[in-house]
Amino acid sequence: MSKYTDFGTPAKTSDNTITLEIDGTQITVPEGTSIMHAAMVGGVTVPKLCATDSLDPYGSCRLCLVEIEGRRGFPASCTTPVAEGIKVKTQTPKLADIRKGVMELYISDHPLDCLTCATNGDCELQDMAGAVGLREVRYGYDGENHLKSEKDTSNPYFQFDPSKCIVCSRCVRACEEVQGTFALTIQGRGFESKVASGTENFLESECVSCGACVQACPTATLIEKSVVQHGVPEHSVTTTCAYCGVGCSFDAEMKGEQVVRMVPSKNGGANHGHSCVKGRFAWGYATHQDRITTPMIRKSIHDAWTEVSWDEALNYAASEITRIQAKYGKDAVGGITSSRCTNEEVYVTQKLVRAVFGSNNVDTCARVCHSPTGYGLKQTLGESAGTQTFDSVMQSDVIFVMGANPTDGHPVFGSQMKRRLREGAKLIVADPRQIDLVSSPHVKADYHLKLRPGTNVALISAMSHVIVTEGLVNEAFVKERCEWESYEQWRDFAAKPENSPEALSDTLGVPAEELRAAARLYATGGNAAIYYGLGVTEHSQGSTTVMGIANLAMATANVGREGVGVNPLRGQNNVQGSCDMGSMPHEFPGYRHVSDDATRALFESAWGRPLSKEPGLRIPNMLDQAIGGGFKALYCVGEDIVQSDPNTQHVTHALEAMECVIVQDLFLNETAMYAHVFFPGASFLEKSGTFTNAERRISPVRRVMTPKNGFEDWEVTAKLSAALGYPMHYSHASDILDEIAMLTPTFKGVSFKKLDELGSVQWPCDDENPAGTPTMHIDEFVRGKGKFFITEYVPTTEKVNAKYPLILTTGRILSQYNVGAQTRRTDNVAWHHEDVIEIHPHDAEDRGINDGDWVGITSRAGETVLHAKITERVQPGVVYTTFHHPESGANVITTDNSDWATNCPEFKVTAVQLTKVTQLSEWQRGYKAFSEEQIGFVQNPHSEANV
Amino acid sequence: MDIEQLIIMANQIGTFFKSSPDVEQAQKDIVMHIKRFWALSMRLQLIEHAQTKEGKGLLPIVKDAVIQHQALLA
Repeated sequence: MSKYTDFGTPAKTSDNTITLEIDGTQITVPEGTSIMHAAMVGGVTVPKLCATDSLDPYGSCRLCLVEIEGRRGFPASCTTPVAEGIKVKTQTPKLADIRKGVMELYISDHPLDCLTCATNGDCELQDMAGAVGLREVRYGYDGENHLKSEKDTSNPYFQFDPSKCIVCSRCVRACEEVQGTFALTIQGRGFESKVASGTENFLESECVSCGACVQACPTATLIEKSVVQHGVPEHSVTTTCAYCGVGCSFDAEMKGEQVVRMVPSKNGGANHGHSCVKGRFAWGYATHQDRITTPMIRKSIHDAWTEVSWDEALNYAASEITRIQAKYGKDAVGGITSSRCTNEEVYVTQKLVRAVFGSNNVDTCARVCHSPTGYGLKQTLGESAGTQTFDSVMQSDVIFVMGANPTDGHPVFGSQMKRRLREGAKLIVADPRQIDLVSSPHVKADYHLKLRPGTNVALISAMSHVIVTEGLVNEAFVKERCEWESYEQWRDFAAKPENSPEALSDTLGVPAEELRAAARLYATGGNAAIYYGLGVTEHSQGSTTVMGIANLAMATANVGREGVGVNPLRGQNNVQGSCDMGSMPHEFPGYRHVSDDATRALFESAWGRPLSKEPGLRIPNMLDQAIGGGFKALYCVGEDIVQSDPNTQHVTHALEAMECVIVQDLFLNETAMYAHVFFPGASFLEKSGTFTNAERRISPVRRVMTPKNGFEDWEVTAKLSAALGYPMHYSHASDILDEIAMLTPTFKGVSFKKLDELGSVQWPCDDENPAGTPTMHIDEFVRGKGKFFITEYVPTTEKVNAKYPLILTTGRILSQYNVGAQTRRTDNVAWHHEDVIEIHPHDAEDRGINDGDWVGITSRAGETVLHAKITERVQPGVVYTTFHHPESGANVITTDNSDWATNCPEFKVTAVQLTKVTQLSEWQRGYKAFSEEQIGFVQNPHSEANV
Repeated sequence: MDIEQLIIMANQIGTFFKSSPDVEQAQKDIVMHIKRFWALSMRLQLIEHAQTKEGKGLLPIVKDAVIQHQALLA
């Protein structure tokens, strides 16, 4: 099925080239290339089994042997590098004899069930038997063999059938080299050799179900259960994963409209053929029985829903918006987009709000995650985006991870980072919690700065102090590239004694000497790159920390080339894109302020409607206005603010105060339970468009099946617009991208056609760089001169006291995604079926809490109950949970505190108390009753409209 | 919108910009930030609070900035 050429061994890069002769053909390749790879470059296929070009050569199968003129023996072509002038023969009678003998041995211990085997027609062992001309197996099956070995079917997504294993070690090497988990090994010697996971079965092992082993297996030993069920796929469509901000490219391998499997694309610019458990396997939600595919309306959230036609639903929604605007004014209505939407969907939604609703009341879920990144990097560097490609990490000497957990949140990039760390790059981790990167197989952080939650800016101040006072600033770079006056002010600020590591050590809870050593390493260790996540942004000083990070990078000249830079790890697949597309209330697409007359005139001309020059309401402003009575209707596309935004009860009170909430989604999510109109949405498999990942890579999303709801999401928005008297006139998502490219300078020339040709492009795209700009700020910053900002540490007002003595911080886990609406409806629940509260043993002992106990968590905002997990991953005084399950109520306890610049919520710092309890919290009991009632309203709808 | 919430937000903005050694510039930055990111209705509420309630609860630098640059904010 694979449409990719397997060169057998990885490509090499070198300034020197080597010319050799293979089977009479002259071939020139970079020095260091294997003979096997060179042969494939020249169109000569050498038989192989243990070799594949995603893994280093291993030389065990003895099938790829060749003859080299003047050399003795039969070297393996996978492990033998090319040499100038050598003459290689890949096909000789002797080689044919050897290969046939090797294959005969393999097949003598392999079931001859090809016709009923799940990989029949897609099996390398079968292919090689044919390639070497194997016609008989003389050894029979009377001797010892592995044919009766038991299958391991414990993993929900793939099975391991040792009877089909040829012990080529590709799975073991993939787990090590590609994924970096080291969960597999070859156990035993000789005939006893077998692949083992070190535990009873795969599910109980360290395996993270990334699928790399399945991908690497040349036989049916490790195979997707979906292939066993459906058979070998017959066509494939390349699309982009709908999960995290890595934006992996996948080949949806299909049988008609049935997805058989999702295989990571070898040509994927972000993932290079690797995947994680979510993208690779957790796509079953798209056809889950919970999908709602018929539009619904109701007058009150206490009524049952009525299923209606699309026309009826759209006209009702339009009439409500019109009525509410006539009664309360145009500003009483707004829209929210999601990072789970395509660029095109976000674009048409913000266009609807601006051109049809007549305000700039449009916001996106980046408000609650990376809005400080957009603000902070725009202020300092001039562009609201990360500076590098993911591949840049392979040139880094020092990797500084701050408030991010790449192996869980961005697993494919986490694997790439671990590969670079195994090669010797140094690692600094700043995190209150011991994330996997701190200590995992063959990776150990040089410094783990276990700072207290909420003290990020103090950490940046302490590091800045060391860099400034120890003469580690690259002044030549600063003079040439930055605003000198802003640098001087920052320098003087950083040098103040109160910013020294010694002065801030107690605040941070980190020894001063560790702070000094980490700062020195960052400034002097070679190419130093900062990677950060929501542990930086979701604070009351999130924007300050982002600016401080940019200060550090500029001061040490760690920006503007490969291996360095400021790298926000975006949470969701299209956080970058949704921000690029103008879904913030103050900006048009391309980060241009609504007050800019020229930009506004451009959009007014293109859209044919007058546009407001005033910033609109942010999500928290909309909610506050709703409670105050001034905001009455919301169009919410693909976002679940009830579960994902802080202070749940504040959010639900606001929704209850609105007269018309329109939700467009796959499922009856938590927000939809407060809605009056439900527009069924389409999954990423059912629509076309683009996603833009954390490295600004615009990648194609391509429809592989008919939308179960009847329409792609942009079509629904366009139909709503038409119902409001403003038809949008797009015939396909590509038309929308064309309009975006026409109106957005950084997207110039980007089109479906270009993406089909190039696979993906990294904006900015312009006349000078039509194929994109992988590394930004090379010769000058986007804003011209880089600007330093003074970043004074201001403690959060969310303080611990006798009543709330612990700090709760929140995060994510590998197997679940964001609010869990997708992953909870897959077999990923095998790994994480509930959110738990992590507690340090000391804190647990003080409160008489044992592992597994029900624990009440009380904050100034609310109370919830979770099971306890006692672990030293968290430090004393800090507790941690995830928010993937709505009944957990993690955001019932988070507060309204937010970032000073962007109102990004302070999810990472909530003062709490824990007590051992015996029942769910009052909120949880109320939630259970309410959600059961709401689900009943869907399952037992009215037959006639009651509105 | 609840004026107390607006006061908190305005003071947070003021706290960031007051680190600048140039007070006049800090006041301009405070006002420009509010102008660029706050809806008009929120800005008008803040101005009214500064005018009619003597800016109660606002940091002095924020209150001064709002009073001095109210034409820009309105």
